[in-house]
Amino acid sequence: MFESIEEICKIEEESGAPFWRIVQEDDCRERAVSHEASFSTMKKMYQAMKESAFNYDSQIRSNSGLVGGEAGQLRKYLDEGQPLVGEFTGRVMELAFRVAEGNACMKRIVAAPTAGSCGVVPAVFIATQEKLGLSDDKMTEALFVAAGVGAVIAKRASLAGAEGGCQAEIGSASSMAAAGLVYLKGGNGRQSANAAALALKNLLGLACDPVAGLVEVPCVKRNVCGAMNAVTSAELTMAGIESRIPADEVFDAMSAIGKSMNPDIKETGNGGVAATPTGIKIRESI
Amino acid sequence: MLLHFLLIKWLPFRWKLSPTVTNEVYNMNIFDIIGPVMVGPSSSHTAGAAKIGNVCHKLMGEKIEKAEIYLHGSFAKTGKGHGTDKALVAGLVGLDVDDIRIPNSFEIAKEKGLDFNISATDLGDAHPNSAKIIMHGTSGAVVEVVAASLGGGRIEVCQLDGVEVNFSGECPTLIVHNVDQPGYITEVTSLLGQQGINIATMQLHRKNRGGEAVMVIECDDEVPAETRHELEKQEGILNVSYYSPR
Repeated sequence: MFESIEEICKIEEESGAPFWRIVQEDDCRERAVSHEASFSTMKKMYQAMKESAFNYDSQIRSNSGLVGGEAGQLRKYLDEGQPLVGEFTGRVMELAFRVAEGNACMKRIVAAPTAGSCGVVPAVFIATQEKLGLSDDKMTEALFVAAGVGAVIAKRASLAGAEGGCQAEIGSASSMAAAGLVYLKGGNGRQSANAAALALKNLLGLACDPVAGLVEVPCVKRNVCGAMNAVTSAELTMAGIESRIPADEVFDAMSAIGKSMNPDIKETGNGGVAATPTGIKIRESI
Repeated sequence: MLLHFLLIKWLPFRWKLSPTVTNEVYNMNIFDIIGPVMVGPSSSHTAGAAKIGNVCHKLMGEKIEKAEIYLHGSFAKTGKGHGTDKALVAGLVGLDVDDIRIPNSFEIAKEKGLDFNISATDLGDAHPNSAKIIMHGTSGAVVEVVAASLGGGRIEVCQLDGVEVNFSGECPTLIVHNVDQPGYITEVTSLLGQQGINIATMQLHRKNRGGEAVMVIECDDEVPAETRHELEKQEGILNVSYYSPR
């Protein structure tokens, strides 16, 4: 896998091959598989993401009872209330809930990059596919873009809350989704990198502080926030707004922040909202 | 072709896939980033646990009648809320990490006649997400595994029947127990070489000098049963076990 986004962008500029294709070529070589096999595996990932969103059941609850039904509640408000947000934005939020809640309720999801952050990429991608009428093949290409960004983050920093806090999970997912969304909007590799940088910058320093150690509170709602942040970052990018700090350096900053974080806010459930009086009360009642 | 040329030019180091003796068990690929497809809620506490159970199931190689499951560290502490217990048992009955029946694994185990008990333990300075599983097969064979869930659904088998090992369960893995004397490594690797089987990683462990030694060889290709039988027949080779992810 690549060591930097810069490396991929340079190959794109010199060869003319799109970002996604460069990531795919690398996969074909590393796993010794054909283009078709690599593509069809990624396409299956996208289809599994769609299943995870469409198989949602608003009646089910997680084992702890802390999570469940939110996507249904939000949909009702979007349909019957007076939401400020438009249909696309509302749909992104709803889809993020659908997938992340399903995960908490032991349903099948695609970890992208992790199970705790599994709602971000599908929410942004599926809502965009619906809005723009894109094919699954196009969506699969965008997933390669997201994967390429995630792989560089994994190399330079981390994708695990236990190592880097929530910035490594929701932050990385948001960065990946933003890069993929830019591709779907017709952006090039440099623009995807810009969106990845903007998205992660906004979430730097985010603590991983799950109440009772479960992937429920605040994780599920942070998926919604991560998805919206990805949309914002992609839109800023398409408007020509540049990140002053390049993506690779943002990833390095994330790594440094992760290392300096107190272990209490790295998935131990000992700090942050997990250590609030209510958080402790919940833990004791489970 | 132009792209190929550029990739070769830019990334020469990626082409070197020669066998190495290394501690790095498994290189991540992009389907660790987008993937795995899994049953939630946690890649480490649910998918990793199911994977550990599944690797144990395959290492046992026969029907498991009884399993003693010991949870260590965070597995013991937050395992229940993450379904770690259900996921481990699901793996032991042969379910994959994306099988939607994972939440019902206790009932499936009952139907299949797998008797299990789960308790907390302290495995010392083991990885915080570790489990020790002692399996009893129908033939009377007993296999004991200590494995850790490393995050993202990836795992590492750390101990097999009391011997320190280190493999990921991602590749076909050959485990050879032999007498600790010169020449056995060549014997095993040359046999694999003759069969055109490429070695991905290789580790050597021994209990004491001249005693029993263990080779753990992760391969890029499947090791056919005939090759394994041929190895077993060699003098000084005590036992050959094999794990295939497929």
